[in-house]
Amino acid sequence: MFCISGKWLGAALLGAGLNLGVAQAAPVEISFYYPVAIGGPVTKIVDDLIARFETANPDIKVKAIYSGTYSETISKSLTAFKAGQPPELAVMLSADLFTLIDEGAIAPIDDFIKTDDDKAWLAGFSPVFMTNSKSEDKTWGIPFQRGTTVFFWNKDAFKQAGLNPDVGPQNWDEVVDFATKLTKRDASGNVTQWGMQVPSSLTSYWLLQGYVAQNGGTIANLSGDQTYFDTPEVIEGLQYWTDLALKHKVMKPGVIEWATNPKDFFEGRAAMITTTSGNLTNVKANAPFPFGVQMLPEHKKRGAPTSGGNIFIFNGTAPEKQQAAFQFAKWLTSADQSAEWSIKTGYIAPRDDAWNTPAMQAYVKEFPGAAVPHDQIPYLVPELSTHENQRVARIIDDGIEAALTGSKTPAQAMKDAQQEADRVLKQYR
Amino acid sequence: MTQGRNQITAWLLLLPAVVLLAAFTHVPAVMTLFNSFYNTPRGVRPAKFVGIGHYTDMLSDPVFLAALKNNAIYAIGTVPVAIGLAMLMALIVNSSIRGKAMLRMSFFLPTILPMIAVANIWLFFYTPGYGLIDRFLGMFGFAERNWLGDGSTALGSLMVLAVWKEAGFFMIFYLAALQQISPSLGEAAALEGAGRWYFFRRVTFPLLMPTTLFVLINAIINSFRLIDHVIVMTRGGPDNASTLLLYYIYQTAFRFWDTGYAAALTMVLLALLALLAFVQFGILDRRVHYK
Repeated sequence: MFCISGKWLGAALLGAGLNLGVAQAAPVEISFYYPVAIGGPVTKIVDDLIARFETANPDIKVKAIYSGTYSETISKSLTAFKAGQPPELAVMLSADLFTLIDEGAIAPIDDFIKTDDDKAWLAGFSPVFMTNSKSEDKTWGIPFQRGTTVFFWNKDAFKQAGLNPDVGPQNWDEVVDFATKLTKRDASGNVTQWGMQVPSSLTSYWLLQGYVAQNGGTIANLSGDQTYFDTPEVIEGLQYWTDLALKHKVMKPGVIEWATNPKDFFEGRAAMITTTSGNLTNVKANAPFPFGVQMLPEHKKRGAPTSGGNIFIFNGTAPEKQQAAFQFAKWLTSADQSAEWSIKTGYIAPRDDAWNTPAMQAYVKEFPGAAVPHDQIPYLVPELSTHENQRVARIIDDGIEAALTGSKTPAQAMKDAQQEADRVLKQYR
Repeated sequence: MTQGRNQITAWLLLLPAVVLLAAFTHVPAVMTLFNSFYNTPRGVRPAKFVGIGHYTDMLSDPVFLAALKNNAIYAIGTVPVAIGLAMLMALIVNSSIRGKAMLRMSFFLPTILPMIAVANIWLFFYTPGYGLIDRFLGMFGFAERNWLGDGSTALGSLMVLAVWKEAGFFMIFYLAALQQISPSLGEAAALEGAGRWYFFRRVTFPLLMPTTLFVLINAIINSFRLIDHVIVMTRGGPDNASTLLLYYIYQTAFRFWDTGYAAALTMVLLALLALLAFVQFGILDRRVHYK
């Protein structure tokens, strides 16, 4: 390792030396892994942003590598890291923070904060998005494409069911009540329109977290070594979700695919859905009917989880490459770019100054729905993030799937999940 | 003297194959066995010797047990059906019916397509409500079904796809074997007054046995080896109802980064496949009729 960085340093010095003679040195090349987790022309937007960054910073070249889903991205990045060739930076789930620290794969952002401008930039992020970005007083991730869950409803379906199309359900009971009215069956009893749909194929713990937060509970501690899956608040939350399908019969039974959930909504097969705010732009562009969007309905209180990707800077690359990566990350998450990214994709801009840019203000005026995730910020709780996060997430997802398909009761499923999670996490306590 | 020279030449000729085989098959296999006795190093913490700890953990690992059970069902369910279908299709396209070329092509088509593409197409077939299968069944008044999202149908849905994908490939081997069978056998049988079913049972089928053994081994290996469709369609869910052994290994190694445990799981898969191959070659081989 040491001799590699020595070589890099040598190359850098050589480069600097040559710089005196030649007008322009070869630019520093950095690679940037990013996943695409939402609909829309994301790759084009990214390429476009990079082109503008490169024009403004001719000494840096960014190679953008589309790396699949979030879990494929962390797999690829960590494999590359272990092989000694990590990307300089990557967008990965903020919740994978502890995994990345445990692997020694990422560099603390604090190391790059030098000027007052850097400090002001870092202080500009909303605190709730920093919860998943910090550990032991160090900042490890830069909030980038963050989201939360929001609630959509089909206004035409509301009218047909005799409901006021301008007001969505405000609490758990109203959701059941509305969904019952909205569930339509044909002559032979087959459902043609479900009242409510909540996706559960991937990261279903994330949807559960919303119910748990509304129920006044939490599913894990902040230091990532203890989960609370078998507490009453969690079990009740899962019970409510399961009941929508199995007891009230207003939601499609079984596991519901993330990708088909918005499509079911567009096709008129689901009248109300919960999905990521990252789908705002997608729904706006593709829903063939007027739709409403609001915060998640409350129970004991309002609540919703944060989600989405942070930018991480990798260890194991040359210092000037890391510095270039930091410069790119900072540019990408500054007010103007943050606002632009938010408008084009539907992710929440994680900084207040982005919400105050003229572009953003104009956008919210034209499409008030865009402000819903922002309004929800005071009620947000951080996404589940533990050591060995992918494994713990898989454990609770299995439990949720077992409850939703009816193979276990919610209480039993969560008790089993807690036991498994304890087995994994006890070594980190 | 020439004997020694020959020996050297022989070994030199073998060398490239031996090096490749050792580097990519034997050394990794031994390394995997070695790694399976250590836990996973993380960051600064080095790997620690745990003996057979991983193997005893497996016995109480519900996901591993589910994967093992699912894989057994998957193999038992897909292999005979795929082979039977392959034989049937080969017999059909080997006979003198019209549109033979078209039939051959359509039977073989699934084999040409990459598994990932196929899985994505079938993902749409299985979409509840407006997918092809539900649309079709809906015409007969069936309710929509959440094929992949229901624990009782997820694995079956994957198995149907696997049979569809595999049968065409095996058909090619049967077709080749059928064309090797001398037509004079058929003529002789016809003269003796043997029926078509009798002829198939007593002549064609036994002559196809070497092919069947070959196909059987390949089919069984494939049933443990092919998991692309699991990744695309169900990711092992719901609640591990469609997890296969190799998928669990992939998940453990590249999502959970527990390489030690993944190595132990790999050893189990390796032992299982070795055992199956041994049984097939050792026992079935004796009953196969070679010309």
